[in-house]
Amino acid sequence: MKVPVSWLKEFVDIPVPLEALAHELTMAGLEVEEIRYVGLPLPKASSQGGERQEIKISGLEWDPEKIVVGAIYEVNPHPNADRLVLCQLDDGQTVHTVLTGAPNLFPYKGKGALPKPIKVAYAKEGARIYDGHQPGQVLTTLKRAKIRGVDSYSMACSEKELGISDDHEGIIFLDDDAPVGMPLVDYMGDAVLDIAITPNIARAASIYGVAREVAAITGQSLRPPSLSVLMSGAPIAGRVSIQIQDPKLNPRFMLGLIEGVEIRPSPYQVQRRLRLAGMRPINNIVDATNYAMLELGEPLHAFDYDKLVKRAGGKPPLIITRPAQPGERLVTLDNIERTLDDFTVLVCDSAGPLSIAGVMGGAESEVDETTHNVLLEAATWNLINVRRTVFAQNLPSEAAYRFSRGVHPAMAERGLLRGLELMRQWSGGTVAEGIVDAYPKPIPAPQISITAGEVKRQLGISLTAEEIKAILERLEFHVLQEGETLAVQPPDHRLDIGEGVIGVADLMEEIARIYGYERIPTTRLADELPPQRTDPLREREDLVRDLLVNLGMQEVITYRMTSAEREARLPFVFEPPPEQVEPIRLKNPIATDRSILRQGLLVSLLEAAERNARLQPRLALFEIGSVYWRSVRELLPDEILRLGIVLCGQRALTGWQAGDMTPMDFYDLKGILESLFHGVHLEEVRILAAQHAAFHPGKCAEVYLGEQRVGCFGELHPLVKERFELPEAPVLAAELDLNPILTAIPDRYGVEAVPAYPPVLEDIAVIVDEEVPAEKVEQCIWSAGGKVLRAVHLFDVYRGEQIGSGKKSLAYSLTYQAPDRTLTDEEAAQVRNRIVRRLEQELGGKLRS
Amino acid sequence: MLEQLNEIEHNALSALQKVEEEQALESWRVSFLGRNSPLMRVFDGLRSLPNEERPQVGRRANEVKRALEEAYQQKLEAIRQAALQRALQSEQLDVTLPGRPLARGRLHPLNQTLRRIFAIFAEMGFQVYRSRDVESDEYNFQLLNFPPHHPAREMQDSFYLDLPHPPDNPILFRTHTSPGQIRAMREFAAQNPADPPPVRIVLPGMCARYEQITARSEIQFQQVEGLAVGKSITFSDLKGTLTDFAQRMFGKGVRSRFRASHFPFTEPSAEMDIECFVCGGAGCAVCKRSGWLEILGCGMVHPVVLENGGYDPTRYSGFAFGMGVERITMLRYGIEDIRYFYGNDLRFLEQFA
Repeated sequence: MKVPVSWLKEFVDIPVPLEALAHELTMAGLEVEEIRYVGLPLPKASSQGGERQEIKISGLEWDPEKIVVGAIYEVNPHPNADRLVLCQLDDGQTVHTVLTGAPNLFPYKGKGALPKPIKVAYAKEGARIYDGHQPGQVLTTLKRAKIRGVDSYSMACSEKELGISDDHEGIIFLDDDAPVGMPLVDYMGDAVLDIAITPNIARAASIYGVAREVAAITGQSLRPPSLSVLMSGAPIAGRVSIQIQDPKLNPRFMLGLIEGVEIRPSPYQVQRRLRLAGMRPINNIVDATNYAMLELGEPLHAFDYDKLVKRAGGKPPLIITRPAQPGERLVTLDNIERTLDDFTVLVCDSAGPLSIAGVMGGAESEVDETTHNVLLEAATWNLINVRRTVFAQNLPSEAAYRFSRGVHPAMAERGLLRGLELMRQWSGGTVAEGIVDAYPKPIPAPQISITAGEVKRQLGISLTAEEIKAILERLEFHVLQEGETLAVQPPDHRLDIGEGVIGVADLMEEIARIYGYERIPTTRLADELPPQRTDPLREREDLVRDLLVNLGMQEVITYRMTSAEREARLPFVFEPPPEQVEPIRLKNPIATDRSILRQGLLVSLLEAAERNARLQPRLALFEIGSVYWRSVRELLPDEILRLGIVLCGQRALTGWQAGDMTPMDFYDLKGILESLFHGVHLEEVRILAAQHAAFHPGKCAEVYLGEQRVGCFGELHPLVKERFELPEAPVLAAELDLNPILTAIPDRYGVEAVPAYPPVLEDIAVIVDEEVPAEKVEQCIWSAGGKVLRAVHLFDVYRGEQIGSGKKSLAYSLTYQAPDRTLTDEEAAQVRNRIVRRLEQELGGKLRS
Repeated sequence: MLEQLNEIEHNALSALQKVEEEQALESWRVSFLGRNSPLMRVFDGLRSLPNEERPQVGRRANEVKRALEEAYQQKLEAIRQAALQRALQSEQLDVTLPGRPLARGRLHPLNQTLRRIFAIFAEMGFQVYRSRDVESDEYNFQLLNFPPHHPAREMQDSFYLDLPHPPDNPILFRTHTSPGQIRAMREFAAQNPADPPPVRIVLPGMCARYEQITARSEIQFQQVEGLAVGKSITFSDLKGTLTDFAQRMFGKGVRSRFRASHFPFTEPSAEMDIECFVCGGAGCAVCKRSGWLEILGCGMVHPVVLENGGYDPTRYSGFAFGMGVERITMLRYGIEDIRYFYGNDLRFLEQFA
């Protein structure tokens, strides 16, 4: 909402500088986004120094010495240029010859002395204005120059040059009563507050609405606009009638009539205000509807009365409001034929639709240059229908902006009277006696009961009932005090105050706002602490995160949205069952590559790896995040928490000494997973050889928790890897189903005493067939070793001629230890022999000498 | 004999002066203190001395022996020290060469911020409550007092999902963490519907909105919501709690202010600003010259929301707040582009801790 300050001041005095007012409004919920100065002096640099500008300030100030009201008496041709004219201009002190190319002066060229001088905005040498010929607003200082042989040192300004609008089509023609020689800033200097109106303050979407808030906040008194109309024409009664089909869609509909209007431009000051408020002046009749709407908040619509009479076959028109028939059409005044929905409400006559209620008029019945008699509509509409219509037709308008936020039916009468009187003043027409009003079911005002105790309970401030009453009355609430209880009724310009507990909350907001949020104290919670809960799954998730970070992994967070094509690059590590395999599509994707919710995690991680591959010699990434599968039974989909890991590149970082620069392989990833499971004390996890289409057939394993497959990992299959832009080095990847893992992590685990007796250490190397998995060998050692075997550590794997082909040698260091004594050499030898024997018997293993 | 001893001592000590390494010292020891050394022969000859000379010579011989042994020890120590010094000097490193680089892991910056937020609120008694990402219109909007056809519910602001649903309850990716308010209140109220327990929680989560991805807006973002409901919770508690939070998050003494605002699920509502900690309020690029930084939205829980959660608004009151984890992180570290967070460029991520 753009609020010209000159207009605002018609209704309320502003006792503080504009910046201070803007601050107060902002704190009270009417956020001032910018103050644009259009003539009035810009504020001096902030006293705090620095760059601070709490509210954004822009615009141009008009030097009172150098920019004044001037009067052109004569327009003469330029001796050397067809497209320029020379004006005789009086600035109140001297008559100057002023050169201009303004096309709106050409009609007066060479006509001699004008019968009536043209009042203009005259800028003298040295004036700071905007350059009219450059796009945007570029400051320039008027300098003396010779243009085509004629001296030029001053000019008559366009709106663009003065920062009023973008218009540079011609110079401004001021109203005839503008006093020649008066500094322009004194005549029409202004500033515009640009206020963001939140839905709860829709009542302030008007100049008077803002003035009301200003009065309440600053304690100034409010001057309501005059609603008296000089009605001297024949009565309206019997010349038009109204039929409302559904008062829920159209609570109120009013009409007034003005006859004998002359369509012409509005006074310049009116045009200027409309422009500053963000609207385009059209003609005096349309401008009056817009002016009254901006001033009071009630949108109006003007019909050409004679066109309606013609449509009614010469009879008094009957105005009908009703929802559109499905498929019904109307050409709106932007000349677009629109097909209407059944939720769109229409204003019709007996011949058919005239306009889209509350949104836009129809082309046929609109006011044009030939109009003599105007029927003025002021109505209120169901805000939901307006909202849906604006959305469906993609047709935002100033009227719809207000109606879609709610306008109280009481506003219709005020808007109608104000509009009629403005039309009368600006068009020379005569207003018909009386108005026609259809208001079948007046809406009752809510009654809310509130106490000082309730205010204390919610806001934490102690106000007396009298103080609360005074605050509410500043906003025109009707308040009756009965002891400690206040009976409150909202004023009839407000629709935002509810009943019961909602109404109480609505009043709390008003009390807090006007009392001032800043004045409410800050306290620490004294309320009872809630029952304390532990969320073990969240704690364990963080434990997993910390472990992975400690293992040198970088956490990433990727997008939850992807596309089916992107996901298809990698066969799912967890294949959804057939009834869930269809991805969840977005109804309104913002881009084709973000059109579904992801069903797996690894592709996102591989994409993150792709993004970094060229710049990083070593990648070790992980993500913990959800994937989404449609649910079989539930309304909402399954959200499955996954852990993904991707490794690629050299094992150690590059330094100046030789480090382990060989690329990471399967066992690096396996080592990370083992450390992870060990770190969370999940000893029952098993890792088994597996085959999966995503992975190299010989370098892939699955993770089992009991019988449940909770993950799969390996080296990416070369054909899968080809689909990503990844380095040559092997890419290791894992995806794990985190929930069962987190659930299985024990809360507590036992810790053994440090042994008091020394261990016996021994290395053995055993030769087995290549096919025998190392895990089997180790299991065999463990089971043969018995209680005194405390540690088995594989430290070498050897293949070579010495042991023959098809064989491998596994070297283990074994630790024997008893908790209660030092083991004798004989005891150790016994264990060792048992192990060797068992390896021979079960795995055909031979001790390597 | 005594003179011989003096000479032995003199000879030994002067020979020792020339000794400079351990091997030569050992030869010296054998020559002067060894079994066949002149000194030992003096001891051997003691028995053949006359009785009256014997004690004197014996004492003197012992004196010389002690003196030589002591000199030997000192020399040995000196030689070892010198050898060590030489060895150490030969091992001099260029300590300005860089250390061995270690691959270090890090949490994503948003999770680092989240942990800090959780820690601050945990000390004020707020526990973490998590709820789902995909929600129904009912939970995301209706139960939170969004009127029908509220602009925020229009297609262009939310990502609706193509899933079967009842006519008035479409499914969407949550646009804020507020649906968790209803889920939490309902869960707690169910424990004792007649007199529900107080609530004090923070609700983190991934949200999504239909926005063009730019330096300032993302299609997905993380929010942390806070909710406190009880029998004596006031707007002044809201101000106090969040002022404490801001001071701990952004620095002691950071000023904050509360501006009236509007959200459907709170009333009265406020936006909280903190004084720009970059310029101290003097105006800079970070605060766009205003001196203030908007950090969160908040307000007293709307009675309709309390009721929908199972809490009687005439007996309970509460406050709620919501903040963007990206925004808080951007403010703390002076980050100007929100796209870094999900772009996952390691050159960005590796700068955090």
